[in-house]
Amino acid sequence: MRHLMSPLDFTVEELEKLFCLAVEMEKDPDKYAHLCDRKKLATLFYEPSTRTRLSFETAMLNLGGSVIGFADASSSSVSKGESVADTIRVISCFADIAAMRHPKEGAPMVAAANSSIPVINAGDGGHQHPTQTLTDLLTIRALKGHLGNMTVGLCGDLKFGRTVHSLINALVRYEGIRFVFISPEELKVPDYITDMLKEKNIPYEEVIRLEDRIGDLDLLYMTRVQKERFFNEEDYIRLKDFYILDKAKMELAPEKMLVLHPLPRVNEISVDVDDDPRAVYFKQVQYGMYVRMALIATLLELV
Amino acid sequence: MLNVGKIEEGFVLDHIKAGKSMDIYYQLGLDKLDCTVAIIKNAKSEKMGRKDILKVECDIEMLNLDVLGFIDHNITVNVIKAGEIVEKKILVLPKEIRNVTRCHNPRCITSIEQGLPQIFYLADEKREIYRCRYCEEKYSPTSLRK
Repeated sequence: MRHLMSPLDFTVEELEKLFCLAVEMEKDPDKYAHLCDRKKLATLFYEPSTRTRLSFETAMLNLGGSVIGFADASSSSVSKGESVADTIRVISCFADIAAMRHPKEGAPMVAAANSSIPVINAGDGGHQHPTQTLTDLLTIRALKGHLGNMTVGLCGDLKFGRTVHSLINALVRYEGIRFVFISPEELKVPDYITDMLKEKNIPYEEVIRLEDRIGDLDLLYMTRVQKERFFNEEDYIRLKDFYILDKAKMELAPEKMLVLHPLPRVNEISVDVDDDPRAVYFKQVQYGMYVRMALIATLLELV
Repeated sequence: MLNVGKIEEGFVLDHIKAGKSMDIYYQLGLDKLDCTVAIIKNAKSEKMGRKDILKVECDIEMLNLDVLGFIDHNITVNVIKAGEIVEKKILVLPKEIRNVTRCHNPRCITSIEQGLPQIFYLADEKREIYRCRYCEEKYSPTSLRK
């Protein structure tokens, strides 16, 4: 039995197999419509995340399975003080697979260690968000045709943005990747990431202004500055509008640069960018569902 | 000068930083053993100026060298048999430490679930960096000992 805690849990070859399956599911949905008949997915969301939860649930429904779970901690036994270990032991008796989102870092790992069903980390605090990473990788692979040899710009909240950390960890395994980190001083990428890049001799640079490097990017990954990641509201208000991608900045970008965003977008991407063919963040949502379908089928060992 | 006699069977922890012997006494769980323990504080040392020494009359197997290596790998461990030093153990930073200290990251799951084992792994031996097994928060041995 396998779990998914980090994008690194799967080898590059296993990921390629997963992406091929996701593409096949997109092309021929009927073929997979009953793959998970009588199987149940438990969505254990200790903090609200409608988008990710609905993506998981739709993925399971598309495979013919059904869904149980809770959408926030207040409607579960957690509000009575139940531990993560006990919750997953109970859920293991009902469901065949679980997706867990938790505000505390490492919680899905605790669940996996006590579970008799596969557990998927659906985001743990500012730590990892592997299925978002699988979504990002599938989007890049589908729209660029490859996953290596590109300059990847990551912009916004690089300190608390778990999607960013997971994506960097996954991309470093492909040849010819270069990173440009674009963030204010307060939201710089954590040192455990830069330590890892130095160790692996992967080129990266840290800049403050998006305009300075947008012209060199093959891919721009925008993130939201999230209010819930701040201890102090003043800091949030001061930093939230620091980076806004608009039409003027897009004019400086290469013709084939893709713009990705994990969504929800607040105002870091101006709506006038949405019609630009390089803006692929809504396509990304669809790829997220297909990659979660492929992941559920793979972890349930049905393919 | 105060004289503390030789021990026949056991081990001597020498070159402990002055004032740290009581911490080590508890961290090694020596308070839970019923063997003889001599705690010598602020002894004169050519190398360190002042140092602490612990003399323990029990089998070396009772000593958790991983914990000791994590606390201070510069401590000298002398194994005593029949009143003589028969071996000097070299301490290294352990690959993993369990339940010796706590993760200080308020976002870590261990901050709310008290029953979880506190596990740290040696992520970078050269730079002496430990990381929490759950949240990957980075620590130096010094910051973890706080």
